[in-house]
This record gives sequence, structure tokens and C-alpha cells, in this order.
Amino acid sequence: MIVFYYDKTFEGLLTALFDAYSRKVFPDKLLAKGEIEPMFTEERHTVITQEENASRVWTALQNKISKLACNMLTHVWLSEIEGSDELLFRYIRKAFDTKESIEMNFGDQDVLNTHQLARKVSHESHYLKQFVRFQKAADDIFFAPVSPIYNALPLAINHFADRFSDQKWVIYDIKRNYGFYYDLQSVTEITLDNTDSFLDGKLDEKLMAEDEKLFQDLWKGYFKAMTIKERINLKLQRQHMPKRFWKLLTEKQ
Amino acid sequence: MNDIILKKLETLAESAKYDVSCSSSGTVRNNKGGGLGNTVGGMGICHSFTEDGRCVSLLKIMLTNFCIYDCAYCINRRSNDIKRATFSVQELVQLTIEFYRRNYIEGLFLSSGVINNPDYTMERMVRVVKELRTIHRFNGYIHMKSIPGASRELIDEAGLYADRMSVNIEIPTEQNLKLLAPEKDHKSVYKPMNFIQQGMIQSIEDRRKFRSAPRFVPAGQSTQMIVGATSENDKQILNVSSRLYQQPSMKRVYYSGFIPVNEYDKRLPAIKQAPLVRENRLYQADWLLRFYQFKVDEIVDDSYPDLDLEIDPKLSWALRHPEMFPVDINKADYALILRIPGIGVKSAKLIVTSRRYGRLNATQLKKIGVVMKKAQYFITCNELPMYTVNEATPEYIRKVLTEPKKKKKEDTSQLSIIFPAD
Repeated sequence: MIVFYYDKTFEGLLTALFDAYSRKVFPDKLLAKGEIEPMFTEERHTVITQEENASRVWTALQNKISKLACNMLTHVWLSEIEGSDELLFRYIRKAFDTKESIEMNFGDQDVLNTHQLARKVSHESHYLKQFVRFQKAADDIFFAPVSPIYNALPLAINHFADRFSDQKWVIYDIKRNYGFYYDLQSVTEITLDNTDSFLDGKLDEKLMAEDEKLFQDLWKGYFKAMTIKERINLKLQRQHMPKRFWKLLTEKQ
Repeated sequence: MNDIILKKLETLAESAKYDVSCSSSGTVRNNKGGGLGNTVGGMGICHSFTEDGRCVSLLKIMLTNFCIYDCAYCINRRSNDIKRATFSVQELVQLTIEFYRRNYIEGLFLSSGVINNPDYTMERMVRVVKELRTIHRFNGYIHMKSIPGASRELIDEAGLYADRMSVNIEIPTEQNLKLLAPEKDHKSVYKPMNFIQQGMIQSIEDRRKFRSAPRFVPAGQSTQMIVGATSENDKQILNVSSRLYQQPSMKRVYYSGFIPVNEYDKRLPAIKQAPLVRENRLYQADWLLRFYQFKVDEIVDDSYPDLDLEIDPKLSWALRHPEMFPVDINKADYALILRIPGIGVKSAKLIVTSRRYGRLNATQLKKIGVVMKKAQYFITCNELPMYTVNEATPEYIRKVLTEPKKKKKEDTSQLSIIFPAD
């Protein structure tokens, strides 16, 4: 078995591809530095991430596959699930080694898996667009905590920046402890030191803007009034709006 | 003051909730120069789901629930003793903006009871959307009901601000409409529909010449029919829909299972449960019309005037036409693959693109997303056994697919050990 160690960054992965092609040795396993190697390892190589090599691979890839497929690969990377880097490695290798485009060959296991995982991540970013709930803080900043299962927040940021371009807002991923802040000009990535005050999804009432409570109550009242009693279907509700979002939804708190 | 707004909001939401339409798709509009909001094309965004599983995408609200009409199916009929309320233009505009800023909603769905006369009502509604668009530079989605009988000038103005407009047919045949709502007729519904249609065509024409010409109801129009309140069969309903879909501006026809809101009215059928299954089957048939290239007389005809409640309309069509099957997945064209039960638009497209790389087999089909439980009787692929609809007979397939799921039997050969309770 051949093992590559790398630093678990996207550039690292691309450098690993570069190394593999230049050494003509292809890994069976990609591990983070310091991870315990599997049994029967014959060969190991530590990838040293190099921007230059990574960008060479990425440019070559952009020439080889469509923009859509490149996007799909970044989606898969953002899924952060175990084995997604190895899936990407196999996909990119197939893309380079095959003469025709492999993008539409859904009979192939890796192509189909990449496609499906990318769809899941993209759906997660759609969930964010649906279920982000802003609360207006006293300093006129609209604040929303989120905790998506995949790291999909960067994919949704452009949508929010366009939509709410005349208000300051912060969307904060409490699971990964980072977020984005929009200051009416541009979006910047931020990390807050103290996140205890909103871990349950609610701003402290002392921090809220004056009329915030009123609009939350109005929204709750509206939400309740919209239900048609004769058609109650809780299963359908959960299907569309999975329970994991509820703790951060104003109307469900 | 605030309590009053809350009461009003609840009252008017209660009155508006029976309108089915909720879509927020069909227009792509980016935020213009520092305004508020945008609309996304393709898939709309639903922001919440109520306990009945319906989505809350737009702030669905009535300007007022006072009404001069007395339609038997409507909760807001004038003879009903319910709470009545009216929003001022200012209140409704502020509510929309503040909800939107918190990402609660995608925009506004504005409807209204008819007060004084149709034009008076329509004018007030237009004032709300005009204020949102021009003063507050609101770029979110706006769906506006057009009041039956409103004049052309008002509809022309409304169309400049709204993304989608709708006029509800409510009852599919004129004769039954007359029975339940003697003051209304189909003419008053089709007339504003035509105004909207003409406005749209005009605007598309203008925009070909001048790119800056204003858009008119860019997301088209929709309508709604109540199912189960009157005696129409599915054939009549679907024929009305299919006729409506021939207009290029008609994007959606909604079906609303009848909920007895006015139980005392003897003209209405006494039912315990809203006809939800029938409603669902009608939507499935509607999808067949719009996305699966079916003709209405293939789904329902004189010998099958009603949709089968046990199985979906596509399977029902396939069982009536066993001579069309089995279909070879690796050879048949897209239109035919679409007709196989268990294969939807997505999997049909995946099949057509993937099979260029090699013959597909059953395992691959399953992974692509084909429902093999249904599809297996209607296809041949690389290695599937030949037990198709022609060998198994349609009756057998129907039986297999409709029988309730078996619970796992307890294994009698397995010893069960009962642990003594302390």
C-alpha cells in the first residue's frame, strides 16, 4: 500500500496530485500528517504544499473539465466528510487520464458519487438560504447563527451580500467557529472570541434592538395562524424542514 | 398599538391561508444600487414550513377580509361571522420590509377581499406594491392577486410592480360556479387573465426592441381550482388546466382540496376529510402535462374520467398500455424513457447522457436514482430478467405495488429468551 501524507488543505491535495504524477506513484490512501499508517504500508511520501504546483494542477484541470465540474469539485471539498479527498483524487486522476470527458459518465462509481456529494453540499447551502434567521442587535447589525452539517456557508455568502446590501449583517457558523461580516461595503471573514451568548440560537434580550422582540412575536403569530388544522402533516413538515434546524429558527423557539 | 397589529396579522393570515400558491420562482432580479432584496430564478426559496407541511415562502396576507361577495366555499364570505380587519398601506409595507430584512420571507403575496367595488380594492392593492417598489426600493418577490372585474388600467399598472399575478378560477365549470357564487361568473375571471397575458406579450415584444423597456409580470400568472366542492370529475378539471397551459403566460394551476370552512351551507358536500389523495393525484397529472410530454386525453378519457387514487397516473397509464413496454433503456429515446414508471426527469436525463459511455445495467440504474420497484416491470437493460408487464400481467403488477407493506414476521425458529424481571 502506498500512502501520501499531506496537510488536509485543498492546495495540499492538488500538490499531492502534482507529486503523484511527477513521481509516477499513485497513493492508495491520503492521510493527514501524524496519522497512524495502515498495515502493510510499503511506501510513504510526505507532500509539502506548494502554491505554484497546486495552481498548475488547477489550471490544467480547468482546461480539461468544464467550469461546472470544477465547481462541483470545490463543493465536494467543502463537504469535509471522511474520504472526500480520496474521492476527489480519484476523480481528478480519471479526468486527466481519460481522453474523452468523464463528466457525464454516471455509470462510473466515482463520477456518480462526486456528483451526488456535490449536490448534497449545494443543497445544504440552499438550506442556509432558507433557514437563516436574522436578529437585529442594538447596534443595527443583523445577526444570524447557523450550524450546517457541511461547510456550505461560503457558498451562500454571495446570495446574502446581494440580497441584504443595505444592512450590516453577520452570519456565524457556531459549529466551525467562524463567520462573515458585511459592513455595507464588503464581506470579511471573522472569528469571534466569545460565542457563549448565542449558542442556543437566541440573542440576549439586552443586546437586541428595540423593536426586535415585536417582530419576532409577529412572525411567530403569523406562522401559527398559517397552519390549516384539517391538513396537519407533521411528517411532511419535518421532511422539508429537518429538525436539526429548529433550534435556530425564530418561529420554532 | 403593537397588540393590535398582531391581532390584525393573525386575523388576516387566517383569511389568506387557503390560497395555495406559494411559489417564488420565475424571475431573476439582482439587487439594484443599494436597494433591498433580490429574487433568485429556478428554484424559489421556502423559508419555513407550517405544521401542515405547506411552505411559507411569501408573506401571504390579505389587505382586508371584508368582502361584498357571498361565495359558499370562501371563509371570508360576507354572511360569515368572523373577525374582520384591514391593514393600512403603511402597516403592510413596514411589515413586509421588516420580515424580509430578517430573512423570514421571500416577498409579499397580496390578496384582498372585495370592498366597495373591484376597482376600489385593486387600487389600494396597487398602492401597496407601488410604495414597496418605488419608495422602499424593494426588489424581493411580489405576487399579487388580481381582483375579478378590475379594470384594465389598474392591472396594467400592477403588472409593472408584481412578479406574478393570479386570478383564481375556483370552480372549474361555470354552471357550478353559478351555484356556489351566484354573483360571479367565469367571464370576470378570464378577462383579467387575458389582460395579464396581453400585457406580458406586449412587454416581451417591447423588450426585443428596447432592452430598457419595463418588464410586465415577468414570472407569469397562476390560478387555482377547488377540488371536491362540486361535482366535476378529474377529466373536466384536467381539461381546464390543459387549456390554460396553452396560454404562454400561465405557469401554474394549483389544486386545492376542499376544506369545509362553511359547514352550514347545504349546497356544499358534507365531507370529513379534505380530499388530499385526489389533490395529490391531480398534481401528479399536472406534472405529467408540464414535464413529461403527456396529453390530457392520455391521462383521463371518457372510459377513465377519474384518476386512480391507488396508483399514480403515470403507472396507471403504463398498465393500460402494456403494448408500449418493455422499453430498452440503452436504446429508447428520451420521450419514451420519460414514460416509464419509476423514472423521473432527473434520472431520464442521467440515463440518456450516461449510456453514451457504455451499456447501463440494473445496479447502475438503481444508483442513478431509478425506483426499480416500479421500473423493473417496464424496462430491459443489460442483464435484467425478463419478467416484464407482458409476462406478469398488469393486474399482478397493480396488486404487488398497491399491497400494504408487510411487517417483518417474527422468526419462529429463533428461541426467545425471557429475562426475569427483578
